[in-house]
Amino acid sequence: MAGLGAMMMMFLLLGGLVLVAAVVVIGIYNGLVGGRNQVDNAWSQIDVQLKRRHDLIPNLVETAKGYMQHERQTFESITQARSQAMGAKNVAEASKAEGALTDALSKFMLVVENYPDLKANQNFLSLQETLTSTENKIAFARQAYNDAVLTYNNKTQMFPSNIVAGMFNFTKRDFFEIESPAEREVPKVKF
Amino acid sequence: MWEQIRINKRNSIILLTAMAGLLLGLGGLLGYAFVGPQGVGVGILIAGGVWLVMTLISFSSGDQILLASSGAVEVTPEVHPMLFNIVEEMKIAAQLPAMPKVYIIPDPSPNAFATGRNPSKAAVAVTEGLLAKLNRDELQGVIAHEVSHIVHRDILFVTLAGIMLGTIVLLADVFLRGTIYGSHRRYSSRDNNNAQGLMIIIALVAAILAPLMAQILYFALSRKREFLADAGAVRLTRYPEGLASALEKISGSKVPMQTANKVTAPMYISSPFRGAKANLFSTHPSAEQRIHVLRAMMHGANYQDYDQAYRSVTGKSGVIPASALKESESVPTRQADTRSEPQPQAAARAQQRIRFGDFIRQQQGFAFIDCPCGVKLKLPPNLPTNKVQCPRCKTVHTVTQS
Repeated sequence: MAGLGAMMMMFLLLGGLVLVAAVVVIGIYNGLVGGRNQVDNAWSQIDVQLKRRHDLIPNLVETAKGYMQHERQTFESITQARSQAMGAKNVAEASKAEGALTDALSKFMLVVENYPDLKANQNFLSLQETLTSTENKIAFARQAYNDAVLTYNNKTQMFPSNIVAGMFNFTKRDFFEIESPAEREVPKVKF
Repeated sequence: MWEQIRINKRNSIILLTAMAGLLLGLGGLLGYAFVGPQGVGVGILIAGGVWLVMTLISFSSGDQILLASSGAVEVTPEVHPMLFNIVEEMKIAAQLPAMPKVYIIPDPSPNAFATGRNPSKAAVAVTEGLLAKLNRDELQGVIAHEVSHIVHRDILFVTLAGIMLGTIVLLADVFLRGTIYGSHRRYSSRDNNNAQGLMIIIALVAAILAPLMAQILYFALSRKREFLADAGAVRLTRYPEGLASALEKISGSKVPMQTANKVTAPMYISSPFRGAKANLFSTHPSAEQRIHVLRAMMHGANYQDYDQAYRSVTGKSGVIPASALKESESVPTRQADTRSEPQPQAAARAQQRIRFGDFIRQQQGFAFIDCPCGVKLKLPPNLPTNKVQCPRCKTVHTVTQS
């Protein structure tokens, strides 16, 4: 009789343990799914802004061309960078091409300084604000994406969530680094 | 960021519980003082009831009341493209689920606030004075601060605690008036009951002290939240100087807000009252101190860097809860945005002001006539005549009003 009682206790205990483990695994699993969704969502935000920038460029070039006849090279490099960026197939490729586009655009904005007529054009001014904002939005979306990736990657690598991640095949995601020679330069410190 | 929200939630609950205790205690005490021991329950019930009604009202339409009382006007992207762009930038950076509504307050004093009880139903309001004074980076800093309030759920806290504070003040006020004008009659009609007399004195003291205590609690937490929102803003923009220089300009302004009061004050980025020194009853820490902390952030833009700067400037222990510090990764600051001054700003802002003015007039039913000589006539609704002469070229126009 006492033996049976002990057996029951064992079963109950075991059952309880399995239940607790299941709840923990479900919790971790949901956390991982949430993290992955956040990464995907943040990526789609970047995507939206990148597309917006691609759409903006023809308009910008068209407006500026009339004022800047001697800057053919600048326009060519922008157009080329744009078509390369639009053809990018994965995060790594997109990082590189978008970096080149960012560079080309910031060079263009520097050149604009030499054309006061263009800077006074109302249409161009509003395009410039849109471009500035789009560049910012890309930067902020990238920031949010990288934050989400970091949190998610930490979950896939840290104990104990890494076990659940391994079981259900949650893989590490890539950061979105802008491959820009200008951005990688060490900032000069002025005193 | 999530850790920050969790801690905020816990702090809010502690504070709200303390205030609720204060409120119900006050109600009970007042009941006892007015009616005697059997009045305690009734007093608590009335205090709780008043609070419940006020909370329900504020939950259903608190943001609308606040926006309306500040005279804020909801604007479309065409009215101020840059403001909209900046709000959207911060929405993206903070990963808000929806775009906050954007309002402009026709007030020359530079200030801003956020409202809405959850991140998907938020609104940001800035004054015309703010738009006129700040450049793009500074405006971004201010909007980032407001968006941080939204992300941290500070608005919910401010609303709930503000209502609680309002109820306590109201109850205390009613009681004080009641005892001053009505005590005579009651005393003479009744046997001198020593216990009740004592209770009345205690209730009097409580009625005077409770609002003070509630205010101290409320404002202490709201000051801390300002620092936290600053830290959050820097983490979003990665550019402490933008917010620092915005605060400098805002606090340097001598124009007071026309539509703020003590309860709504914590929602503004900078105290809407001018010339007040920072003390126990301030809703905001001194702008000077906030600017110092922001400018001391030399190395990075995460919570840890802010905390370090805060400690070195104030000499106090940190402002950010330890468990929120643990999870933050290294975040570099960025350089000044050279694109942030894309045009002669004064002219652009003047134009912006005209556009906003026209927007408001349009909503009020003004009619617009473009005269061929270049003058734009802006005519109020319900003119006595429908013939108007252009002041410059004397052409007579016919007004067609709906």
